[in-house]
Amino acid sequence: MSNEGLLILGLLTPLLAAFGSYCFRKNVNVRDSFGVLGGVITFLISLKIFNGLQADEQYVINLFTLFDGVDFLFNITPLGSIFSLIASSLWILASIYTVGYMRGAGEKNQTRFVFFYSIAIHAALAIAWSGNLLMLFIFYEILTFSTFPLVGHKQNDESQAAGRIYLSILVGTSLVLFLPAIFWIWLETGNLNFTSGGILDGNFPAERLIFLIAMLVFGIGKAAIMPIHRWLPAAMVAPTPVSALLHAVAVVKAGVFSFLMIVVYIIGPDYLLQSQASNWLVWLSSFTILAASIIAISKDDLKARLAYSTISQLSYIILGAALATTFALKGASFHIITHAIGKITLFFCAGAIYVTAHVKKISELGGLGFKTPLIFFAYTLGALSIIGVPPLIGSWSKLFLIIGSLEADFLFVAILLGISSLLNIYYLLQPVFIAFNKKNIKNINITKAPLTVWPPVITGVGCLFLFFFSNYFLNIINGVVA
Amino acid sequence: MSIILDDAPALVVILPLLISAIIAFISSPRLAWFITIVTLFIHILLSIELLLSFSSFGLIIYEFGNWPPPWGISFKLDGVNIGLQLLFSAFVLITTIYSRKIFLSEIDPDDSGKAYSLWLLAIGSLNGIILTNDIFNLFVFLEISALSSISLISLGAGTNRKALLAAFNYLIIGAIGATFYVIGVGFAYAMTGTLNMNDLIIQLTQYSEGQLAIFAGMSFMLIGLMVKSAVFPLHLWLPPAYSYAPSAVSTLFAALATKAILIFFVRILYEVFSIYNSYLILFLEYILLPLSLIAIFAGTIIAIYQDDIKKLLAYSSIAQIGYITLVFSINDNSGVLAGFVHIFNHALIKGGLFMAVGYLAFSINDRVTLQSIEGLGQKFPITSYALLICGLSLIGLPLTNGFISKLYIFQALYSNEMFLTIALVALSSALAVIYFWKIVEKLFFSPKGFEASIEDPAIYIPIWIIAISIIYFGIFSSPIVEFSSIASESLIKGGTN
Repeated sequence: MSNEGLLILGLLTPLLAAFGSYCFRKNVNVRDSFGVLGGVITFLISLKIFNGLQADEQYVINLFTLFDGVDFLFNITPLGSIFSLIASSLWILASIYTVGYMRGAGEKNQTRFVFFYSIAIHAALAIAWSGNLLMLFIFYEILTFSTFPLVGHKQNDESQAAGRIYLSILVGTSLVLFLPAIFWIWLETGNLNFTSGGILDGNFPAERLIFLIAMLVFGIGKAAIMPIHRWLPAAMVAPTPVSALLHAVAVVKAGVFSFLMIVVYIIGPDYLLQSQASNWLVWLSSFTILAASIIAISKDDLKARLAYSTISQLSYIILGAALATTFALKGASFHIITHAIGKITLFFCAGAIYVTAHVKKISELGGLGFKTPLIFFAYTLGALSIIGVPPLIGSWSKLFLIIGSLEADFLFVAILLGISSLLNIYYLLQPVFIAFNKKNIKNINITKAPLTVWPPVITGVGCLFLFFFSNYFLNIINGVVA
Repeated sequence: MSIILDDAPALVVILPLLISAIIAFISSPRLAWFITIVTLFIHILLSIELLLSFSSFGLIIYEFGNWPPPWGISFKLDGVNIGLQLLFSAFVLITTIYSRKIFLSEIDPDDSGKAYSLWLLAIGSLNGIILTNDIFNLFVFLEISALSSISLISLGAGTNRKALLAAFNYLIIGAIGATFYVIGVGFAYAMTGTLNMNDLIIQLTQYSEGQLAIFAGMSFMLIGLMVKSAVFPLHLWLPPAYSYAPSAVSTLFAALATKAILIFFVRILYEVFSIYNSYLILFLEYILLPLSLIAIFAGTIIAIYQDDIKKLLAYSSIAQIGYITLVFSINDNSGVLAGFVHIFNHALIKGGLFMAVGYLAFSINDRVTLQSIEGLGQKFPITSYALLICGLSLIGLPLTNGFISKLYIFQALYSNEMFLTIALVALSSALAVIYFWKIVEKLFFSPKGFEASIEDPAIYIPIWIIAISIIYFGIFSSPIVEFSSIASESLIKGGTN
């Protein structure tokens, strides 16, 4: 198949899966199999593209011109191929997990749920493969709107209120800041294409770059930097498969991915380093890392704690982009992968605990570890990976980020990353200690839901396994930075 | 045949007016509707003919009865109004197709001949406003359109008595506006002895900037037109009129009525006033620009607090007119271009929204409020999705024509370094999300479950034509941008011919 065909097929597959699951809504098993099937196909396509890029293949498709200098363009960059690979591979597991969770928890309107789930994946893939900033924006908005029904899925007052917070923050920031920033870039350069080395150097006044970066980082609300982070905890009212795949991988990663794409392919790391326009962002993202960790400690609801942990971890990536040195960018790109695998494991586990034991609070986990050891085994692997303990994959990205901060002469940031790891240890591993505390064993009825247990085990073991294959990713990440 | 085609500029106005007189005596609703459709079909053919002759000859001046101006009345077809003429023809045809069942459900069937008579009268007079080149002739058309509009609005009394109050309001405020305008015309005539626009411009050049009578006259004219085109704070007649009129009538007015007058308004500003540059700048900077900004915020914020959806859309129109006058106040090519782009795009968007809402009102046989539309997205999915598309375009999301408007508005503001205004415009567009999403949330995400019911293709096909054109012009924006740039070029170069 030609490269263009491959790209189009990859974009269409999630859409077809969505409509397939709608057409077969009467037969639930057929309906739910579309997600898995779509996941496998998009994963294979993403993998082929991932390998193809390393062999210097081009994946470009230009459909028509929207306005001067801006086309309806898809053009897969190395960074985009990483994002799509991670989103599609985790979609397979998440689809399996969704079946177990949604049926186990007895949720209503499951057809609508799987439909919008697939649409959201489509939007995430399209974001990953966008050829210019406007295309990215279009699918960024589609991603917001398609996840709104998932956040408000329960349709009670609480989820409705959360849905409003979610939508108003994400759409509001994107319309007030992100879109004008895109217009600004276009008006100055006449171009929005992702180009290696960036397009701003020489076209954009360096003294105003600082405002542009502020508009972008706050405009891309999905990156959840403080104070634009409130939507993420609010979104946790959604069923856990949404929190797992979308609010630990697709949506939030789309945010930091967008920012990283802008730094690497629009602003250009060299221009950014030379202008020093992102130094303030180093401090703000450091602050977010610490503050979110501290808030996470105070949360007793497991999903809320994980949400704040996500906010903290996303700022690692923003930090890497703001530092803009080679190692920092490497670390930021790699952190998209490592945090995705680690955090989806944790969310899968949180959902599995809810389905099997109907427990949401950390304080009520007492002794549960002995009854559901597999879940906590997976959880521990995911947590250790996020903390950055070798030999788990998360240790790589953290290492790069620390080197990157030293490279940029931010010794303080390197120390702060260490402190953050200590906090991680506390708030991520505390649930494990409670769960394996013999004193607290309670009589909890366990309902078996194997479909929710195996996906986290697979991703948890993946965290361990992939540590040894980091070169596979690093090859292409080096292509991003170069 | 060529004789008829030569008279096309006059026929597009006279044909609807003539048929309107005949149709009033027809009592069969079907026949009245059918004759209207045939008339408007000929109307659009004539408009296409006008476009063709415009593209080969450029400017067309039509002299009535071969009386040369400045003595006779003349129509002018130039870059400014050719695009709107086409849009107008196409849109009235679509709205009339859409109107058949909806209109009849809101009025007494025996009155349908009279209703369509008024309908054609409004169409003819609005078209006259678009084409006329004579300031007193404009007043005549303004009055015809006001009287027919008032009668059409009061037809809404069949479903809600408040329509009478709204019509009365419009009668009073509209009459004040028209009086202001005609006083201005009187001043201009007293000073120059001419009513023809082109001649007026020539005559005015001999007066220095200090002539108070001229400025008083001009100011009266401008204020009169601002009342008629509902520029904040002279907009008070609009929300009740749009919300209590029959749905088909609201659609016609929301899409076209204020736009036609805005075109003349901007003509007066940039063709006539550009002679007195300092006065023009004064008016634009200290009156039109601040009023537009207030209109944008006031309209949007009031819309957020509305329960009645037609009223909500009407207040949103106030804000949208604010965007148009905002860029018109910039006084350069890019601003006028953006204003025209938004005139076209907003006509489609608001027309589509009123159509969809009208159909919902017709289906549930009740006023459409945030309460009564709960769950209708499941019951009437075809219409509701069209409404969703129009609404997304109103917010200005990419791939819809609303985005193109936004792009050109930003460009115009940016090239004039109006950064604070850009920030305000961006903020207001985010506020628009709030009122729009209130509708979407009730429509699609209500816990009430409905089975999908059968919808009437004769009504939803026109709505979807609008929805599809919204997406089409969002992707292939060049026709709209082309017409707008022709308009802005022929306006800003001074346009004495």
